Amino acid sequence: MGILEVKDVGKNFGGLKALSDVNLSVAENTCHAIIGPNGAGKSTLLNCLVGKLIPDTGSVMFDGQSVLGRSPHEINQMGISRVFQTPEIFADLSVMENMMIPLFAKRDGAYRLHAVEKVSNERTLIEEAERMLDDVNMLDKRGMHAAAMSRGDKRRLEMAMCLVQDPKLLLLDEPTAGMARADTNNTIDLLIEIKEKRDITIAIIEHDMHVVFSLADRITVLAQGTPLVEDLPENIKGHPKVKEAYLGEAH
Amino acid sequence: MFGLDKKDTSLLWVVIALTMLAPFILNPFPTGSGMAQFNAGYPDLMQRFVIFGIFAIGFNILFGLTGYLSFGHAAFLGVGSYSAVWMFKLLSMNILPAIILSVAISGIFALVIGFVSLRRTGIYFSILTLAFAQMSFALAYSVLTPITNGETGLQVTLDDPRVLGVSATADGSIPVTNLFGLEMRAAYDLVVGPWTFTFSVGYYVCAIVMLLAFYLAIRIFRSPFGLMLRAIKSNQQRLNYTGLNPKPYTLAAFVISGMYAGLAGGLMAAMDPLAGAERMQWTASGEVVLMTILGGVGTLIGPVLGAGMIKYFENIFSKINDNVLHSWFSFLPDGIEDFIVLVIHPFVGKGWHLTLGLIFMLVVTFLPGGLVEGGQRIARALRKKKEDEPKSPSTEPAE
Repeated sequence: MGILEVKDVGKNFGGLKALSDVNLSVAENTCHAIIGPNGAGKSTLLNCLVGKLIPDTGSVMFDGQSVLGRSPHEINQMGISRVFQTPEIFADLSVMENMMIPLFAKRDGAYRLHAVEKVSNERTLIEEAERMLDDVNMLDKRGMHAAAMSRGDKRRLEMAMCLVQDPKLLLLDEPTAGMARADTNNTIDLLIEIKEKRDITIAIIEHDMHVVFSLADRITVLAQGTPLVEDLPENIKGHPKVKEAYLGEAH
Repeated sequence: MFGLDKKDTSLLWVVIALTMLAPFILNPFPTGSGMAQFNAGYPDLMQRFVIFGIFAIGFNILFGLTGYLSFGHAAFLGVGSYSAVWMFKLLSMNILPAIILSVAISGIFALVIGFVSLRRTGIYFSILTLAFAQMSFALAYSVLTPITNGETGLQVTLDDPRVLGVSATADGSIPVTNLFGLEMRAAYDLVVGPWTFTFSVGYYVCAIVMLLAFYLAIRIFRSPFGLMLRAIKSNQQRLNYTGLNPKPYTLAAFVISGMYAGLAGGLMAAMDPLAGAERMQWTASGEVVLMTILGGVGTLIGPVLGAGMIKYFENIFSKINDNVLHSWFSFLPDGIEDFIVLVIHPFVGKGWHLTLGLIFMLVVTFLPGGLVEGGQRIARALRKKKEDEPKSPSTEPAE
């Protein structure tokens, strides 16, 4: 039994079958990659996991509980954090303020009025945020305006914001899309370090095979809304079905 | 001090000094001099400065922090005024219960209106709040006449019960609003040479309430709650996926700003115990938007400055009529004098809206951060000059 269990999930958009019969089991403390050509339904699947979309059929269980029908903030409170394709951060706030928000969310839940206390009085949370920023080598940028940072730094900040909540499952949606090679390699190093240091399960959607094969313990190939194969990375590499899906017979 | 950091404490002290010394600061010209008409230091106007300051501070908590632009905040102001007047009619002329009721009732109104309006964002939210405010205005004006006294407006009369006070004073007139016996109308004139400074009880009560409101706003700005509100303005998507529910936060901000508006409305009625439906009209809602943007959205002091500026224009700038202009330019030959007066005429007196509109356009175009940004730029330029001074004259100025 994995920490994330996806069973017979199907999702239609009008007449378009985006997902059908998706079964997926992600084991605890592993890195599971979901790959597939464009339009395979990877992002739809991810959106079904975080509460942005509700599947038409099937079930999604996380840590023994169903996530279906819960809103994104409730799912996050269950222990799932998500990194977006384009970094979603609080661009109008400073790096440190960006870090404080997930910490407050973790400590206080989805809502707490908390209107007369001072942010700067929260010593323990500030220390925690600083430790996390140090882990991703961004401590020197703590006072910086988040909008002014490079894309690579925004990505690191977003990851730090997710990790500081100490999630059980980290979902990564093409974390290196549009990145330069050097930034991509930095991100891979960062993710490998995270995997080694923490008890964390990672599910990653990725186009870049270099990233996938550096990180994944297991790979699911998705094509036309259905899982094609699920196997260890070394078996996926030369798999005829995968080649077919990517190069395509129809083309 | 007061649980604030150094910068906020000094800002608070500046505001305390300005409000407490306002009767001096706003009366720089000797009585009877030609410039005396520009004195703004009379109680009625000073009260309006601080009351609209409270209104704008509260509005800024919603608009400045969360970015939700409400076009219906005057409804809460009106509700506050009506509540206060009813308290004067039924209970007593003491302003404390009246103001407490104003804040409570407008808070309940804000809770209901906010709950519905906050289902939408952006322009749809603004339109919803506008619709609610116009509905309140129409109701107050016609259908709810038994409560609001319709067109005439709600007033205190001689036959009101006032269970804890008296219906009429011994000499048969309507009692005046007071705070445990301290009459709001009471004033003390200080004459120093040619100057006259008026210290009114009403103004100082309003000023102290505004200082408390301002202090509370600083605390909210610096709190985790304030941080969440700014996060809502910045990226709601991220906030959702960070495990926070933006809705209760926006609703709380909406209710708090509605209560600030109710407080302002209650104070208005406390200074002058009447309430009319026109206080709820959309122009009044638009005015507080202008005040906030003119002063600086999302800044602490900006809304107060904006409120002061607009009220100054409305009350002082509008007094410059053709006679005044002629007396200013009388040193010029007749033809030129008439011509200059003709040119300036549309911008002053009744045309004060035109000048204010032009200033507003200039501020929005060149100083998106409002008057506060203007002040910051000047301060930065001065600091730069100071740093440059010790350098040898041959060095090129930076950029």
